[in-house]
Amino acid sequence: MGDDPKGSAVSDGFVGQRRGGVLATLSSFEGDLLRSLAQQLVELLRDEVAAPAQTSDPLEELLDFSGPTTAPSDPVLARLFPTAYPDDDEAAGEFRRFTETSLREGKVRSAMLMIETLEQAGLPGELLGEPDEEGLSIDVELDREGAEAWLKSFTDIRLALASRLGVEEGDDEYWDALPEDDPTVHVHDIYQWVGFLQETLVRAL
Amino acid sequence: MSPVSTPMPVEIEKPAEDELTFVDQPWVTIVWNDPVNLMSYVTHVFTTYFGYSRKKAEKLMLEVHHDGKSAVSTGSREEMERDVQAMHEYGLWATIQKAPR
Repeated sequence: MGDDPKGSAVSDGFVGQRRGGVLATLSSFEGDLLRSLAQQLVELLRDEVAAPAQTSDPLEELLDFSGPTTAPSDPVLARLFPTAYPDDDEAAGEFRRFTETSLREGKVRSAMLMIETLEQAGLPGELLGEPDEEGLSIDVELDREGAEAWLKSFTDIRLALASRLGVEEGDDEYWDALPEDDPTVHVHDIYQWVGFLQETLVRAL
Repeated sequence: MSPVSTPMPVEIEKPAEDELTFVDQPWVTIVWNDPVNLMSYVTHVFTTYFGYSRKKAEKLMLEVHHDGKSAVSTGSREEMERDVQAMHEYGLWATIQKAPR
């Protein structure tokens, strides 16, 4: 990882609890940011509906309830649902047809759980920018199952952000050298912050 | 006419052990390196999903990291498709292929 994004107003991430499970204290701003990232992920997963398999027979097409056979056109979705057989289009299509729909649903479920957990922990439905929200923090507690779901959503969010940013192996210097006012710097900071939270969650388990 | 060959005691060549394994387990799950997934998380996935020891999981993770890829499981095509699907659930970049000859 690059720069440690910890600061006075930033969460220390997850810690293990003596009675099992893990706990993180997040500021309302951080909770709201995570919720917004999870919401965007859900929208992306639902937005570009998996294209059904192409067939020349209209009746067959109408009766085809199965999943898509070609890779998604959006690069983020293409990374979230990789081609399983790179050298065999037919086998790749069949694999996709039988797996992509349930993979999408699973990823949506995990992201929805993240949103629900944040709100159950006391994150207001909407941050209005009122002064009393500044001191507000929430305690997010996860059991093993919840932690596994959060780990998956952290991954999906980071894969999505990295795809959009064009993150590459060993490119820390590139990001460090960008001027502060470059709009991608802020997004890259968020990407690293989610990575920091994920790292603390893995270690707390 | 050429003489019909008389039955000879034929010595059947025993396949080497890894060839036997090969016949039983012709497919592998490959996990590829990507610039996003954390080393700790990849290790976590290998211990959690495959039930590998921490030592084995770390070895495979380092293979992915340094060599660009690693064969993380071996088995029937059906089993490997299940593993690849699970890796995609975890956000790892995985593919399936026949075990190399």
